[in-house]
Amino acid sequence: MSVFFVKRFMTLLATLFGASVVIFLVMEILPGDPALVILGVDATPEATAALTKELGLDRPALERYFTWISGLLVGELGNSYAYKVPVTELISGALKITFPLAIMSMALSVILALVIGLYAAAHHNKASDVTLMGISQLGISIPNFWLAVLLVLFFAVNLRWFPPGGFPGWEEGFWPAVRSLVLPAVALATVQGAMLARITRSSVLEVYREDFVRTARAKGVSRQATLWGHVLRNAMIPVLTVMGIQFGNLLVGTVIAENVFHLPGLGSTVLKAINNRDIIVVENVVLLLAAIVVIVNFFVDILYAVVDPRLKAHDI
Amino acid sequence: MSLANSQSFFARCLRSRSFVVGGVITAFLLLCALVSLFWTPGEAFVITVKDRFKGPSLEHWLGTDQFGRDVASMLMTGTQNSITVGVVAVSIGLFAGVALGLYASAKRGWTEELIMRFSDFSFAFPAILSAIMITAILGPGGVNSIIAIGIYNIPVFARLTRGSANAIWTREYVMASRASGKGKFRITVEHILPNILSIIIVQATIQFALAILAEAALSYLGLGTQPPDPSWGRMLNEAQTLMFLQPMQAVYPGAAIALAVFGLNLLGDGLRDVLDPRLSRKR
Amino acid sequence: MLLLDVENLNVDLSTAKGPARAVRNLNIQLEKGETLGIVGESGCGKSMTALALMGLLPDNGTATGAIRLGGENLLDKSEAEMCRIRGNRIAMIFQEPMTSLNPVHTIGRQIMEPLRLHRGLDKKDAMEEVVRLLDRVGIPNPSERVRNYPHQLSGGQRQRVMIALALSCAPDILIADEPTTALDVTIQDQILDLIQTLVEEEGMSLVLISHDLGVIAENTQKVVVMYGGTVVESGNTDKIFDELTHPYTQGLFAAMPKVGMGRNKRLTTIPGTVPDLVNLPKGCTFTDRCPIATDACRDTVPAIQDMSSTHQVACHHMQNAITARETGGLYK
Repeated sequence: MSVFFVKRFMTLLATLFGASVVIFLVMEILPGDPALVILGVDATPEATAALTKELGLDRPALERYFTWISGLLVGELGNSYAYKVPVTELISGALKITFPLAIMSMALSVILALVIGLYAAAHHNKASDVTLMGISQLGISIPNFWLAVLLVLFFAVNLRWFPPGGFPGWEEGFWPAVRSLVLPAVALATVQGAMLARITRSSVLEVYREDFVRTARAKGVSRQATLWGHVLRNAMIPVLTVMGIQFGNLLVGTVIAENVFHLPGLGSTVLKAINNRDIIVVENVVLLLAAIVVIVNFFVDILYAVVDPRLKAHDI
Repeated sequence: MSLANSQSFFARCLRSRSFVVGGVITAFLLLCALVSLFWTPGEAFVITVKDRFKGPSLEHWLGTDQFGRDVASMLMTGTQNSITVGVVAVSIGLFAGVALGLYASAKRGWTEELIMRFSDFSFAFPAILSAIMITAILGPGGVNSIIAIGIYNIPVFARLTRGSANAIWTREYVMASRASGKGKFRITVEHILPNILSIIIVQATIQFALAILAEAALSYLGLGTQPPDPSWGRMLNEAQTLMFLQPMQAVYPGAAIALAVFGLNLLGDGLRDVLDPRLSRKR
Repeated sequence: MLLLDVENLNVDLSTAKGPARAVRNLNIQLEKGETLGIVGESGCGKSMTALALMGLLPDNGTATGAIRLGGENLLDKSEAEMCRIRGNRIAMIFQEPMTSLNPVHTIGRQIMEPLRLHRGLDKKDAMEEVVRLLDRVGIPNPSERVRNYPHQLSGGQRQRVMIALALSCAPDILIADEPTTALDVTIQDQILDLIQTLVEEEGMSLVLISHDLGVIAENTQKVVVMYGGTVVESGNTDKIFDELTHPYTQGLFAAMPKVGMGRNKRLTTIPGTVPDLVNLPKGCTFTDRCPIATDACRDTVPAIQDMSSTHQVACHHMQNAITARETGGLYK
């Protein structure tokens, strides 16, 4: 376990380092002078030069990269060019929306996937299985932003159960805040959940054909108990992989959902920052998103080793 | 392929329900795109303010938008855009990715390691995020969003190609060719590529659907196709601001995207059944 | 006392190519403590018979007729009742020890399952029993091995674990479906000896399924030879090996390598391949490959006839077959 762990951890660090370099390079190529963007097109060359110096943009790239990374390590990210507030403040504010949204939709999608996937597998080839798989095929074809719009039309405009957009803030109380996140979470979770449900179903059916399932049945274990006690854990191995990949998609999906529902989360922040050429915000938010994806997948890898004892033997 | 073989191939195609339904939907979309090049039921580009917000009628099948443009015509013209995006973006990813994958698989050693680490690494940036970053550099626009999606497709195909190619390299007939002194390039062209082609075609169909989704998302965010070129994603974005007035205008473009993606996904499933019976399971 | 009485068992499978009858009119009687061999090529219905006995036919399979265990017809039992019989009164060992154990559970946990299910033992007692069972099947250091996962064991050891598992609730009948086919030759004998010893000590009945006549000859008292889902010859093992009668049995025997056989001599084979269960001939299933078949064989099913009280054969041309055997064999 420890060798396995250390190996994966080194890969994690290497990927994070690589990601930071790529993001930095991309921001270097990004056209548009931040100073000019901040001051407006009719700013005098002197003022622009002064601001460039003040922002530290006149120093060599390598130096700026190290300033950024060392700042990251101590939590000093500098100030947003556009808003003149610390980037950490912007990000932590946005995270208060994006993080609960991502968790909510991930939880919803996993529950949806497991319930539908297991039910369909248990009723393999029956009408309910065929119907559920038809619906899930439709589900994975729907663009999540369209589903979001439809949900707003139906539940917010027609039924008025949920607000059509905006975020009251957690200060306004827990329920109002959660209520404004329900529709975006459902929009994100439905599409991902449909995909995951199909994978769960086929994985369960695959495991059902394994010899050890027959052994369990020959021991006198009932069909139901075999599913829970023997099939599920084996079937979870490929499902976990997909969950890891999906978490990334989901996180970025929040960018779109936040746009539909006018939620001031990370997604809206990064889109606005790109338009404002607020490079310092863009690079930090993108790195944060990439880091979350990489770290989640790191934990998925660790979880594999817990689920599948064969893995440890191979990797050590 | 002998005649008997090709006949059974078509017979198998027709027996796969996914293939038939997916094929019909995809053919319908292609037809829409083709027809819209010459004829549309109304005006997709011309702004006629007095005709705005018309309901569905014989003249305007799905009504008009806030600029008086015919929605059905815009949808039809938008098909061109989606298909172009799919074809170009998938081609970029396909050619570069398959070439890299084949190269990695033939070379092995550190070349393979390098290519694969790089494609692993690119998975840290999910599709839309990379597309957002790339359009941030190149600026928003239809062509740029296609390039962004195409670049994202490269590691997808590289991985798949390398994995399947490695499996073929261990087959006996490949060993035999190597033993008879054939070069790696020739073996790749003669044995490896033909054997992994069906897997790649199936994946290409699925990536085509994903490319349409990604382009729609980018256009929806305002980073993709720019006005006045009709795009389903942007139509949805424009309709959203008028959602309370004209709810149906937000429904049509999304339904068009969903139909296209649904058809292509089914076609991919069907192709998998037909091309590679080992992959599909008897029901 | 008659323990197992299989009467007119038919197993039907619905396949993509059409309905197939995997087992036809099978009759088997097994006394307590008796050992029975079922022999035949792959696809002859041996494994389907075993699965039918366990009530574990695949979803597309149905069994008709009667399988009586101690007088009760298992085909009339509900699924819940069968769960109480499986692993408890009838236990089974499978061909592939590599894949027959759950890779994500320790072997201790897997052997414990029937003990807790059928004998109602608590965790602690069950674990003690597991250690005793593992010791019994010859696994060294059983108290440590219980914590191992299947991938940490060799193929032979895994088959021993499977045997311990089957043994755990002292079943009346042990079904072993090709228990040694997937193992190294040196391990095969050890496993067969172990099964033999345990069967004797526990007083269990054994149904041993194999394609290998040698294995059957050494380990069983009675034998059933199956072809195309039907019994072509049955009786006492010794008797049958002395008086091979059915053309198929003769062929199986001729195809067996024998000690002292010349190095350059080729093995005899039965021409043709195993019949397609969907398109079986109406009459004798062996017709297409039989060297002495006539049109009558294709059209009418040969009845099973007594050669003696301990030897039955189903063949239209029994006399020709016996003559051929005595004059140098049907296959040359």
